[in-house]
Formats: sequence, C-alpha cells, structure tokens
Amino acid sequence: MIELEGLTKRYGEKVAVNNLTFAVRPGIVTGFLGPNGAGKSTTMRMMLGLDRPTAGDVRIDGKHYDQLKDPLTYIGALLDAKAMHGGRSAYHHLLCLAQSNGIPNKRVHEVLDTVGLTAVARKKAKGFSLGMGQRLGIAGALLGDPRILMFDEPVNGLDPEGIHWIRNLMKSLAAQGRTVFVSSHLMSEMALTADHLVVIGQGRLLADTSMADFIAQNSRSYVRIRTPQRERLLDVLHEVGVTVVESGNGSLEVDGSKAEYIGELAAQHHIVLHELSPQQASLEEAFMQLTAESVEYHAHSDAPAVAQQAWGDGWKGN
Amino acid sequence: MSTPQPPMPQAAPTWQAAPGPSHPGYTSPIPVVTTHLGHAIASEWTKIKSVRSTMWTLGVFVLLVIGVGLGAAALVAANTDPGGLEGENPLSFGFFGLLLGSICVITLGVLTTASEYGTGMIRTTMVACPSRGRVLAAKAIVFFVVAFVVTLVSAVVVALADVALLDDARDPTGGEWLKGTVGVSLYIALLGLLSLIIGSIIRHSAGAITIMIGLLLAPLVIALFMFAQSLEGLREALFEYSIPNQLSVFYANSLSESGPSGWDPLWIALGVTAAAFAGAYALLEKRDV
Repeated sequence: MIELEGLTKRYGEKVAVNNLTFAVRPGIVTGFLGPNGAGKSTTMRMMLGLDRPTAGDVRIDGKHYDQLKDPLTYIGALLDAKAMHGGRSAYHHLLCLAQSNGIPNKRVHEVLDTVGLTAVARKKAKGFSLGMGQRLGIAGALLGDPRILMFDEPVNGLDPEGIHWIRNLMKSLAAQGRTVFVSSHLMSEMALTADHLVVIGQGRLLADTSMADFIAQNSRSYVRIRTPQRERLLDVLHEVGVTVVESGNGSLEVDGSKAEYIGELAAQHHIVLHELSPQQASLEEAFMQLTAESVEYHAHSDAPAVAQQAWGDGWKGN
Repeated sequence: MSTPQPPMPQAAPTWQAAPGPSHPGYTSPIPVVTTHLGHAIASEWTKIKSVRSTMWTLGVFVLLVIGVGLGAAALVAANTDPGGLEGENPLSFGFFGLLLGSICVITLGVLTTASEYGTGMIRTTMVACPSRGRVLAAKAIVFFVVAFVVTLVSAVVVALADVALLDDARDPTGGEWLKGTVGVSLYIALLGLLSLIIGSIIRHSAGAITIMIGLLLAPLVIALFMFAQSLEGLREALFEYSIPNQLSVFYANSLSESGPSGWDPLWIALGVTAAAFAGAYALLEKRDV
C-alpha cells in the first residue's frame, strides 16, 4: 500500500506535482496515466525518496522510503532504462545492487533468467538496445522479489513480443498479491493491464477510479450521419424525438445505437445519406478529453494546442 | 535480440508465503536483512572494480609513478659525478612520478561519484540505499583504501629502486622512509578523496576534474608569474601552500624554508577534505538526486 497525501513538488515557480492524494492498493495493477510532462516521473521519484516533496507526504505501508531497512526486498522500481553505468556488465550491475541489500548472489542469475538476459549477462550495458536496457531495469526491480513494484513507462522501446511479456508479468505479479504501480502515457496500454486508474494532468489528480468504471463512463456509443439534406433530416429526427448533436465537421451525431432505425426513417422520407455509421468513443478519446481540459485550465494562450498536438502524435505511433 | 520469454517470473507459487500479520499481500521470500554500511561498501567495491576506467586510470597511475620515478633516478645517477649526491635524500626522486600520477587519482576520484550522475546510475544507487550519507561514506572508504594501497605499493617500489640506484646518496632515516612512502600515499589518497567529494558536489565529471586540476596546478603557476613587489607575501603563500610544494614537503625538499613542514601537508589536506565532506553530505541530503 502506497499512500500519497497532498504531495506537492515545485521547481521555482513551476508546479510539477500539485497536491496529489491517492492510494495504491495491493493485489491489483494500478495504472498511473498522464500526458508527457504531467508529473508522473516526479511523483514516482518522490515515492522513492529521490526528490524531496515541497509539501505533503508519501508513505509505503506507513513508512517513508528512507526508513525502509531492506528497500529492495520491499519495493522494486524501474525508473529509467538508462539509469545504469554503460561500462558495467549486466551481471555486475545487478550484483552491486544485490550486495547493497544483502540479497544472495544466486538471485542475480535468477532475475537475469527471468528477463531473458542470461546470454548477454557479461556484456556491457552500453551495447544494449533500449529494449534490453528496459529488461535489465526490470531485472533490477525484481531482484529483491519485492512486495511492491513500480514501473515508469515499462513498455517504452519494447517490441510487441516484449510488450506482451511485460503485460503478463505485471498481471502475474499482481495476482501473487503484490502492489503493482505502473505509469504510462498510453491509455490503450493501460486498458489492457490496469485494474485501477489514476490519471493526472499538469500535476493535478484528474481521476482515481477503477478501470471498469472508467470504461463504463467513457465509452459512449453513437451514430454518425452525413447527408446533403441536412435540414430535412433534422426535422424528421426532431419529429420522432431523437436528439441530434451537430459535430464540428458537418456531420451529425445521435447518441445510442440506432443506425437501423435512422436508416429506415431516412428511407421513408426519401433522404439521401452519405454516411450512417455506428461509432464507439474510444478510451483514448475520453482520456485525451480529460487531460486536454486540465491543460487548458492552466496553460497560457497557445499552449493547449501544442500539448494536444504532441498528444495526438503519441497515439498515432500506437 | 531473440530471448526466451518466460511468461512470468519463475518466482511464485512456492514463494507465496503466508501474508504477514500487519501487511497482507505478498511477502518476499528473500530473508530480510537490515542493511548497513558493510553492504554499501561491498556494493561500491563491486562497482569500482567492474568498470574499465578504474583499471585504466590506476594502470596509467602506476606506470607514471614507477616509470617517471625510476627514470628520474636513473637520469640523475647517470649524470652525477661520484660524490655529487652526498647528503641527498634518494627518496626525493619519487616526487615527479607522484605529481604526474596524482592527475590519474584525481580523475578516478571524480569519476567514482560524478559518473553516476552522468549515467543516471545514481538514481538506481539511491533507491537501493536510501541513506545518502551511507552511499557517500561507502564510496569514500572504498576509494580511499584503493587509492592508498595502489599509491603505497608504487611509492615503495620507487623508493626501494631509487635507494638501490643512487648508492652515492645517504641512507634515509626511518622518519624519511615513513614520510616518503606512507605519508605521500596518504596525501595522494586524500587528494583523490577530495576529488571524489568535489565530484559529488559538482555532479559533472569534466567540471569536477577541471576544478581539481586547477587546484593542483593554478596556485603554483600563478605564483611563478607574480612579479610585483607588493604581492610578495601572496606569492610566497601560493608557493608554499600549492599542492606540488606540499607534496615535496614529504621529501623535505620544499621550495621555501618557511610554510608547511613535517607532516603539516597531511593535516591541511585532512582538514580541507573533512570540511568538503561535511559540505557534500549536507548538499546531498538537501538536493534531489
């Protein structure tokens, strides 16, 4: 159980993390979601005692991180795949971590095997691909076989096979009763792995909800209609009491899944339709909307557009 | 890279011990060890010996100290008339090699701390050992011992060879032996330790090395060109307290008769290093990693 209370971090004037309060519960995967620069990594660094909070508190089972006597067997973290000395071999990197916590040396071989790096254990880390570095970082997190695991953007740089592996790993770790806290900027990724969702934007808490609730609330289904006889269709739909929303690009949207009904209605009145398509709002859209609002709330004139642009790029890649 | 994909950590079922009384959920099967300074020292020892830069800097150090030390003595032996070294301390020819070699020790000292900031390793280190003071202390101890032992071995080799080569010179006294081997080695190791501390404060390898090389050479070079009469006092102080001059005090061939003498340079270095350590510790506690 990790508990954050009013956690705040300021860098001069800039507020990176703003009064965050939430809890990460054991036995489930908690997704920590937010756009780039939302304060996810800063929050995680404060959880691990690396950054000092400006205000507020983080406690791990009631203790501050630096009060843990055996940190690695208690909590394992992957912060940054490149947080290692490139000149050191994978084996020695893990060995020095194991020694610092009195973990038996044989555990180093076990975790190397778990992440599939045994063959390159004696190779220098600087020759590793991003994916291999990520695996080595995960090996370091698993080293103490801890009850709490934190992963900051674990799927970055992994190939599809690796992403699949990470998903299963996180689920199985949580199934064993561990606390799993994983950050991402990809809603689609979280929808597949997380049971609980914490969303932040601009350092503020936007949502703290179960994944099921988030999906139920945000997966709106509707029918999109395009027609050259717009006014007539609107009249017809109005007559039968169907609410129509005009969307920005000249098409009409009708809530619910009434495509057949609308199609038949249009045929009866001899209205030409260019498009009649049932749509499902994606979680990604819901998430973007959620975070876009937070961006608008805080940022100056032209910032939101920029932020959203960067966002969109992120989605396209996936 | 094609790697085998174990679908889950092979840890689990048998390891899934009964939930602890206070915190339900998973309990690590690895015995809980209360970590202490010894663990941090073991870790730092693995770190320092598992990177090639350590081997390179120490290798070059040994080559410089022994090579230049023997070379200087051989040159003197070949170009001195019989009896010309009457009353000379033969150990003093170890000075040149150590002065050059100290640059290697400075580099290694800085890299021990600053390279972790450059690579990001420091975050991994501090997560594994949240006691920041312990990390700094472990680094300091491991580095100091390594630097002292390597310097001592090299200095003893040079001292023995120089005494054998320069049989004209007088036999050094016991005190001179002690100062010329253990004394200089402690001094060089402290200089390296100061570099390690500066590396921890500056967090940038190139910057910290530049500062330390400047500290090593600048006072002497500045004093060399300080001609004005009114600055005579300052010039004298820069000479006397410059690191090369303090190093030479261990061989009793100082540039001046006043200024530090005997074991003074060691106490000065100890005081400066202790103060820097306290400052580095305070900063480490205060700053974000």
